[in-house]
Amino acid sequence: MTATRAAAPITSRLRTADIFRVGASGPRARKTRTALSALGVSIGIAALVGVLGLSESSKSALLDEIASLGTNLLTIEAGAGFGGGDSALPEDALATVERVPTVTDASAVWAVDANVYRNEFIPEGETGSIQVVASDEGLLDTLNGELADGVFLDMGTSSYPNAVVGSVAAERLGIDGLDRPTYVFIGDDYVEVIGVLEEFPLAADLDRAVIIGKEAAVRFYDADERPAVLYSRVVDGSIDETRDILPATADPENPEEVSVSRPSDALEAQAAADEALTTLFLGLGAVALLVGGIGIANVMVIAVIERRGEIGLRRALGATRAHIRRQFLTEAVILSVLGGIGGVAIGVTATYVYATSQDWRVIIPQEAAIGGFIGAIAIGAIAGLYPASRAARLAPTEALRT
Amino acid sequence: MPMKQPSPAPSAGLSTSAALELHSVVKEYPGEPPVRALDDVSLRIDHGELVAVIGPSGSGKSTLLNVMGTLDRPTSGVVAVDGIDTATRSEKEVAGVRARKIGFVFQQFFLLPGMSAVENVSNGLLYQAVPPKERRRRSIEALERVGLGHRLDHPPNHLSGGERQRVAVARALVHRPAFVLADEPTGNLDSKSTDAVMNLISDLHREGTTIVVITHDAAIAASLPRQLAVHDGTIVADSAGDGRQEGGLR
Ligand SMILES: Nc1ncnc2c1ncn2[C@@H]1O[C@H](COP(=O)(O)OP(=O)(O)O)[C@@H](O)[C@H]1O
Ligand SMILES: [Mg+2]
Repeated sequence: MTATRAAAPITSRLRTADIFRVGASGPRARKTRTALSALGVSIGIAALVGVLGLSESSKSALLDEIASLGTNLLTIEAGAGFGGGDSALPEDALATVERVPTVTDASAVWAVDANVYRNEFIPEGETGSIQVVASDEGLLDTLNGELADGVFLDMGTSSYPNAVVGSVAAERLGIDGLDRPTYVFIGDDYVEVIGVLEEFPLAADLDRAVIIGKEAAVRFYDADERPAVLYSRVVDGSIDETRDILPATADPENPEEVSVSRPSDALEAQAAADEALTTLFLGLGAVALLVGGIGIANVMVIAVIERRGEIGLRRALGATRAHIRRQFLTEAVILSVLGGIGGVAIGVTATYVYATSQDWRVIIPQEAAIGGFIGAIAIGAIAGLYPASRAARLAPTEALRT
Repeated sequence: MPMKQPSPAPSAGLSTSAALELHSVVKEYPGEPPVRALDDVSLRIDHGELVAVIGPSGSGKSTLLNVMGTLDRPTSGVVAVDGIDTATRSEKEVAGVRARKIGFVFQQFFLLPGMSAVENVSNGLLYQAVPPKERRRRSIEALERVGLGHRLDHPPNHLSGGERQRVAVARALVHRPAFVLADEPTGNLDSKSTDAVMNLISDLHREGTTIVVITHDAAIAASLPRQLAVHDGTIVADSAGDGRQEGGLR
């Protein structure tokens, strides 16, 4: 052998695939510890994915609902509406509002000065905050409302005492169906219940109301013929301008006492409020993720101390400092990626189970799943930095002295 | 057989034909005062030799092994492994020298838990980028050579102490190194396993493997063909004669 041999390439080399194999060997040999250290990151990622998934699913459900109810409903009230005070709109308000070209449909509700009870034996005053109101026959259509049972008022039933009860009112009055003839006690008479309504998300006041026909209200309960509230559907593109002219249209003499609102705004505001809560939970998830990352850093520091012998052995077998650094970095990233996979799985499952139970469409935002995953890799890499450089700095002779 | 004399030899004028050659090696550990663990050590181990390094505790045996195995650099002097002067090499190259030219056997075995015997042995081929299939094939060969062909897939905790050390020997051999360094290889073994491991070492020597065994056991040392006695960081006796230490021809 001659000196040319010394010139041959002798650099230590580790194949790329072996970097992963070597990095996985530690976690593979210590499965319990691997699972526990990945768990911290799992919780953080699960929280992030779950919170984003649930908030997106619930928001989409809410927005779907708003869309199905229509965002073009405008409510016109005199003062505080039929609930409070004597203020009312002019008697012809419904007719004038219906004449506005951009109004496609309108209905009115009148206040009725009577109390409703399940029967005559309930003590006076225990009304359960249920209001009696009157409406025209078109109310259900104007509000896109649905019946849970029975029928709504029509030309025939609205002239005589017949009642349709709102969803909350039905519950408070103990009405759970109309299989048998059902009556409520309004004023001094029993009135047959012919319909039970589903919820009115755009007119929640009506959920707590018992509705009778306008004609019957005037005839039997001496109701004020001036409407308390008007509900109007407006051509989609003209909502703002219509909203501006409605007060003067409904009550030309006292337009300042008329308030016009758009109920879908309140629901949209609710969706936005949910977003604020989501941000809070996301913050908590991020904290959990950070704690998980610190957990991995901790486990890795301990691993480097415990596995000095392995580090020394690998150096003796030809590993360079860089190989050792890469091994422990890879190991930390493997732990956090396992945590990331587990966390995404838990978050997706939780979203799926909860959203399904709520009849929501399941929406997993891609940024949540992918972002959670990338976040996990980054957390692992950062957590592994210090332990890996400690492992790499360890002198082989020191590492082999146990 | 006659050695080819190398044309301009490395700086220290070493012959490049030895498996391992040390020339005027000094190793000092910093301190007050500094500890001189190796004091001007020169020696030469030829291919095919089986050498015992013996000496009392604290005499510098482990330091000598670390320097011979390039795990530690000498304070001064030359360490040439299979003709490669390691003093002038980068960290990556010296690591490469270990990966290709040197096999280690330690008293504590250093088998990795959770890995089978084959996987542990194949770690000996990891850092010279041998493809996995070939690693496995050669590891099985090496395990068969140390008599553990029936224990290929056993993890270390299912093996006896003697079997573990034989796995470690297989790992030290699998890359066909220029020499194997064994530091107290029987230090953790009972007498039966000690005999088995020493017999294995003798067999390997007979098949041509170059082996250096560090031991404080005089009986073991006496059973080997050549003994180097270390005391206070110097080689005080070499059964092969003083001439060999200077790197001259036999
Ligand atoms: N890392 C070190 N730092 C300082 N002194 C050391 C170190 N390693 C060994 N020594 C000293 O060097 C001398 C030789 O030690 P060593 O090579 O371990 O001897 P042996 O293996 O023969 O027992 C001892 O005096 C020991 O205390
Ligand atoms: Mg020692």
